[in-house]
Amino acid sequence: MKFLRRFFIRVANFATRRGADERLRDEIAEHLALQIEENLRTGMSPTEARRQAVLKLGAAEAIREEHHAEQSLPFVENLLFDLKYAVRMLGRSPGFAIVAIATMALGIGATTAIYSVIDATLLHPVTYPNPGELVRIEDNLPGVGAQDVGISVPEWKDLESSGIFQSVSFSGSGANVNLTGSAQPLRLSYKHVTPNFFGVFGVDAQLGRTFYPHDPTPGFNLEAVISDGLWRREFGADPHIIGKALRLDNDEYHVVGVMPRGFRDLGATNEERNTEVWLAAGLSGLPFPPPLRSSRLQGRTVARLEPGVSIAAAQGRLDALVESLKKQYPADYPAQTAWTVRLTPLSESVVGSVRQSLILLFGAVGLVLSISCVNVANLLLARASVRGREIAVRQALGAQRMRLIRQFLAESLQLFLLGGVAGFGLLFCTQHLLLRLVPESLPNLNDISINWGVLAFALGVSLVAGTVFGLAPAWLMSRSDLVGTLRQEGRGSIGSIGRSHTRQILVIGELALSLVLMVAAGLLLRSFWDLFKVQPGFNPDRVMAVQTWLPGPNDPSADIYRTATQESVLLREILRRSRTLPGVEEAAVGDVAALPLGHSFPTQLPLIREGIETVDNQAPVIDSPIVSPEYFHLLGMPLERGRLFNAQDIETTPQVALINEAAARKYWPNQDPVGKLVRLHRDSREPLSGAGPAWTTIVGVIADARTESLADAAIPQIYRSVYQHPAKSVAIFLRGQLDPSAISGQMRQQIQAVDAELPVFHAETLDDVLASSLSVRRFSMEMVAIFAATALLLAGLGIYGTISYVVNEQRREIAIRLALGAQRGTILKMVLRRGVGLAAAGAGLGLAVALVVSRLMAGLLFGVSPYDLTTFAGVTLVLTGVAIAASYIPALRAMRLDPITTLHAE
Amino acid sequence: MKEKPDVLQGTLALMVLKTLDLIGPQHGWGIARRIEQISGDLLAVNQGTLYPLLLKLEHEGSIASQWGASENNRRARFYRLTGAGRKQLQTETRDWEQTAAIIARFFSVKAEDLA
Repeated sequence: MKFLRRFFIRVANFATRRGADERLRDEIAEHLALQIEENLRTGMSPTEARRQAVLKLGAAEAIREEHHAEQSLPFVENLLFDLKYAVRMLGRSPGFAIVAIATMALGIGATTAIYSVIDATLLHPVTYPNPGELVRIEDNLPGVGAQDVGISVPEWKDLESSGIFQSVSFSGSGANVNLTGSAQPLRLSYKHVTPNFFGVFGVDAQLGRTFYPHDPTPGFNLEAVISDGLWRREFGADPHIIGKALRLDNDEYHVVGVMPRGFRDLGATNEERNTEVWLAAGLSGLPFPPPLRSSRLQGRTVARLEPGVSIAAAQGRLDALVESLKKQYPADYPAQTAWTVRLTPLSESVVGSVRQSLILLFGAVGLVLSISCVNVANLLLARASVRGREIAVRQALGAQRMRLIRQFLAESLQLFLLGGVAGFGLLFCTQHLLLRLVPESLPNLNDISINWGVLAFALGVSLVAGTVFGLAPAWLMSRSDLVGTLRQEGRGSIGSIGRSHTRQILVIGELALSLVLMVAAGLLLRSFWDLFKVQPGFNPDRVMAVQTWLPGPNDPSADIYRTATQESVLLREILRRSRTLPGVEEAAVGDVAALPLGHSFPTQLPLIREGIETVDNQAPVIDSPIVSPEYFHLLGMPLERGRLFNAQDIETTPQVALINEAAARKYWPNQDPVGKLVRLHRDSREPLSGAGPAWTTIVGVIADARTESLADAAIPQIYRSVYQHPAKSVAIFLRGQLDPSAISGQMRQQIQAVDAELPVFHAETLDDVLASSLSVRRFSMEMVAIFAATALLLAGLGIYGTISYVVNEQRREIAIRLALGAQRGTILKMVLRRGVGLAAAGAGLGLAVALVVSRLMAGLLFGVSPYDLTTFAGVTLVLTGVAIAASYIPALRAMRLDPITTLHAE
Repeated sequence: MKEKPDVLQGTLALMVLKTLDLIGPQHGWGIARRIEQISGDLLAVNQGTLYPLLLKLEHEGSIASQWGASENNRRARFYRLTGAGRKQLQTETRDWEQTAAIIARFFSVKAEDLA
């Protein structure tokens, strides 16, 4: 209390610069006067009285200082003084200041940029209230190797009533819906959700309401909640939107609410995250299949745990529930499938896929930061040798060592902080430009911002780096040998041994760190290049895809494209018209799962082989795109065995399918799959009919293609004909001399000439689709490459600086050698040897670290070993080359030293 | 000449407070003089060190000061004890007596007492 009071008064005095000097002077004058009078009374002579009084008072200057220290805050005052002095010192060598500040701005700016990305993703993956309670629920059938198979309606109800969760929501994976009724039919990205969906996330509408959580409607309840974006874009932010009708896939819904601006859905793709319409459904009435345990719905189950329940505890209770359900319904949960339900934190499912890449980037940028710090520390040390005399003089005048260290620390802190501020400023000004580099598929992309937290991070990093990397030079500078320096400075000093050792260690560290970065960049570059150059197994050249969506009204009998026969009329006409467009050579259709690398996740169905599986709950799942017969030729996917689809394969003829080689190898090892019979169950795209699907005959085998992921050579696929199985999401593939900008309009015209209510969207070239499927990899590769180049540049500067310094320190020695007849070539070699020695030490250390780092990166690599010899050797070579080049300039300078001038000048 | 012992670190504040308690408002010289007198001129107060201490006590709120006229009608700064200072004096006196008593017991103890 007393202490605080005293502290605040001193702070106030310091802030207002209120001194007490005058008061003290008056008091002391009065004091002396009184003491002199007293002394006179005891009979001293006036002179003696005065002398004794002053003696008794003590050293006036010490009193004044102590009094002043008490009045104000001497520590802060000294700091300010140090800073002022530091500003003056920097002003005196602006070149040094600019280089140091720019280096730090680079390091801190880059680190802060990556931090802002990490802040929005890894640190704040989920922006909903109380994110810790949110979990993702996944049903797995490890017995048949099936992950995330979806949940059935009875299971969802079991979870809801289990008491483990406050609420469990289910949402379909994002899909399209057609908004008709205005001038142009519009395709919106929509999701069907259980009515408690928004309640689970804890987000309310900004206008109107969300769904009633306990709405008992079995099918769609004809209420729609729309996104802020759709509301502003299509409805001009109409405040009276609530109650307006929306015609979606030919059903009439009413808008009940508008979500707030920041609300974004979960999703694997940007499109899904930007869902525009949510429709609520009980999932158990039309158009959904009957609520059986065996009919699993594809989508995402997210629940909010009861407060205070840990995920582990909830998982334990859930496991018990699963066990009892298995006993209760043995027919639905056969033992072979080993049905399990797994909880994962929602945050993990949002950013899990990019975590490794982002951590790699942060590590890389951390290395760049360290290298810039080391460089600046090196510059500080170099300056120390120039300022040796100043330091010695100050010490001789009585400066304490701590005081000197504080002074130097203030200087380096000032440099680092200025660098940090400059870096942050640079980042702030270029943020829009930089954001464009970030791949669209990065989760929470829109949350990335340069905010106060990021500023605090930049300043914090500058402060810590400034202290750590300023302390060592300050320590070494203050340790100079007083007499030795004063005697030597101004003559050919050999400088402090400790200082030059430290500088060499710093340069070695710098070289090692940049080698690590270059190895990482090299490996990523090779992975990316290999992926880019990999034979995808299909030919994306000159191919464009355009998408449309056939409405699927809630009442299947109202669907004009209900059966394959009905749909095939439309598709055949669209194909016929497409072929008449200028430049089009070939045309084919497929569903969105048939769009190579362009779909967020595959449509998977249980594969029941005749004579092997009996119940579809125990069947393995397989990707099943739907395509038209021309698809394989258009994409250049060769037939290996059997036949392709033909015009005779229609709804009324026997069902046929094609598989790829991977499926043949996996499901019919060492057999000819052609002619085998399979059934594919639970296809939500099939019209609802009582009878189960008939047996399907495998008629041919297609060569493997990397249509799911460029990194994955062979994922089993089973293709079915669109003329036997209707598809709602339709992609039209065109090959030829196409004009990408015109295709969208041309196709819209042709498709809408057949059905004016069909939207046309997402016209893109397959090359673009391919490139964007690599965007996260490209992003991390490019970033790490930029960081590595920066690191190499900084390390080159570092070694240049150090060698120049060594040459400068030894110029007297070199001059003497030259005067005594040393060959200039020998001098050159001598200096170069120093550089090569440093480079060798740095490379050795760097290689050891790089081996560890590359092993940690293995998951991000493709087609290249983490110990790839070419990369390691190449990088070492480049580093050594740069080191030699950087030492060559000072070495030349040493060689051309004129002994006479040098020795005269000393 | 034998050096007079310096005032023990930390006890000067207590002496200042006690002096002000005894004689009421007083200026710096008066306080210093009085402390020397009370100590029977056995203590040497380097009188100047008093002024930073007075400022510190004032910042802590134990004493307050204002300008006034001295005995010979000159401008002098007078210090007086505040309520908080009086309380502080009481606690510190108690603490000091306690410490002194403990030390006294150490000095009076004999070897046989510990057996």
